[in-house]
Amino acid sequence: MTKWTFWVGTFVAVAALWGINYSLEEYANPYIVRVIINCGIALILGLSLNLVNGCAGQFSLGHAGFMGIGAYTSILLTTLSNIDFFQSPMGIGWAVVAGGGAAALAGYLVGLPSLRLRGDYLAIVTLGFGEIIRIFFLNMEFIGGARGMPGIPRESNFFWVYLWAAVTFIFMYRLIRSSTGRAILSIRENEIAAEAMGIDVARYKVVAFVISSFFAGIAGGLFAHYQGFIDPSTFNFNRSVEVVIMVVMGGMGSFTGAALGALLVTLLPELLRVFAEYRMVIFSASLVAVMLWRPMGIMGHKEIWHFFKKKGEA
Amino acid sequence: MQNIINGVAQGSVYALVALGYTMVYGVLQFINFAHSDIFMIGAFVGIYAAKWTNGYFPPIVQVMVVTLCAMAFCVALALTIERIAYRPLRTAPRLNVLITAIGISLLLENGGQVIFGADPRQFPSLLSTTSLLNSDELVLNNIQLTVILVSALLMVILHWVVHHTKLGTAMRAVSFDIEIASLMGIPTNQVIVFTFAIGASLAGCASVLYGLSYPKIEPLLGVMIGLKAFVAAVFGGIGNIMGAAIGGIILGLAESFAVYYISSSFRDAIAFGLLILILLFRPAGLLGTFRREKV
Repeated sequence: MTKWTFWVGTFVAVAALWGINYSLEEYANPYIVRVIINCGIALILGLSLNLVNGCAGQFSLGHAGFMGIGAYTSILLTTLSNIDFFQSPMGIGWAVVAGGGAAALAGYLVGLPSLRLRGDYLAIVTLGFGEIIRIFFLNMEFIGGARGMPGIPRESNFFWVYLWAAVTFIFMYRLIRSSTGRAILSIRENEIAAEAMGIDVARYKVVAFVISSFFAGIAGGLFAHYQGFIDPSTFNFNRSVEVVIMVVMGGMGSFTGAALGALLVTLLPELLRVFAEYRMVIFSASLVAVMLWRPMGIMGHKEIWHFFKKKGEA
Repeated sequence: MQNIINGVAQGSVYALVALGYTMVYGVLQFINFAHSDIFMIGAFVGIYAAKWTNGYFPPIVQVMVVTLCAMAFCVALALTIERIAYRPLRTAPRLNVLITAIGISLLLENGGQVIFGADPRQFPSLLSTTSLLNSDELVLNNIQLTVILVSALLMVILHWVVHHTKLGTAMRAVSFDIEIASLMGIPTNQVIVFTFAIGASLAGCASVLYGLSYPKIEPLLGVMIGLKAFVAAVFGGIGNIMGAAIGGIILGLAESFAVYYISSSFRDAIAFGLLILILLFRPAGLLGTFRREKV
């Protein structure tokens, strides 16, 4: 791809997003728009967790905690501070990025000690971290405590959410094909062998974890500025589990798989609304069914286009 | 002093649930997320059993009958789950088993909300509360004493089973190395079934004890208890039975002191803070031994 086609492609894609955004806001049913935007936020979460759970083979159970940090940091700037810059749409965009930065920093602090250990310890530490963060927000009165935080400017829309989703996807996809990405993949395949090949296992795990936290923070910021209201219970253990389910259902380590998982996990409960109170029962049963009959997830390690290629080409 | 009594009473419930986590982890190396929901189901079975047996027995016998019902139901449930969901995945990657466990846990929680309703229920007060000790600085009632004594008794029995019976020896062998154990002629599947059964029966008993001391029972009850019991198990050294018991009690004590000296709203954070501290300084847990991974 030449530079020229790249810029034209980007321009067309952004224009298309803008166009869809405009037509959604003008013509579509608000419920549909809400579901579509929730899908976009789920996409960012699923894709970012896929880097840690799917590619690096580490098991993180605290993604909602990082999402919460992103959300609360960004609203701290836009809603609670009196800086004029952050009241403007541009400033809100930067506040969301700042939320991502704060989440990345938290990811570094959590990841550095716990990623040196092997096995399930990361799962346990991230689980504990997620709960601590939630309880911390619960007890901070100036950010609303248990009552939550209303009055956040509602500036994120289809355009911003899907722009970030696209950025996440492209970033992850390119990353995993770089030497850093290959190093991360080798940790999943065999940690001991990777170490023997001279890969600084602990360092690459932290790198993956920080990147993943950054995008989780972005998702949190977008979510806060879409909802206009957040409370600590939004970022509880179940939220983290939901993201893990997206990754595992879609296929560990496959980015299109994670995206598919994100869509399924968000859409299934909505589509199952006809079953009223049984919908979550059916949802969890289908999760168990996928695990029993398709243990690799729906896509396995493959990306979606591998299914359309002829044999021998991939 | 009062904090110690409250802490030990609360901690022994954690310890009983933690034992279920730690035993399954010891044998199969996976976190059985459904365990906490088995505990919740046990509490509901306790409510129904108490309703049906009301008036037939004197209170003490009724408590025993209710406990046995809850234990039996929990065991049956755990074995069904093991057979349907975990056994087909015995050779699958650990992460898949973990996700299946989470799926089962969600299934039980949401199923519980459909069957029992989402509102909290009152656990019947089977034993009327009487104070055994009531001075200015110390209050001890019969329920707290029952909880502590029953848990202690169960742990002693468990310790005897694990260390002094043939079954216990087999369990320890399986947790040491499942493949070698099966080569040595140990029926590993049976041992795993027994492990699940023992864990679930402890959870069933713990759920009735919990219901007696905190009568508010709801379908999402298991989530917090489960997480904390799991923390207790890790704290003591996961896979280590003695560690789970000690971890549970320490966690109960820490929480009750935290409520007294700091603030009750930080109670839940204490458990997880403690967890992160222990993992940073003693990653294998209090009594755990760190096994080096071999190629």
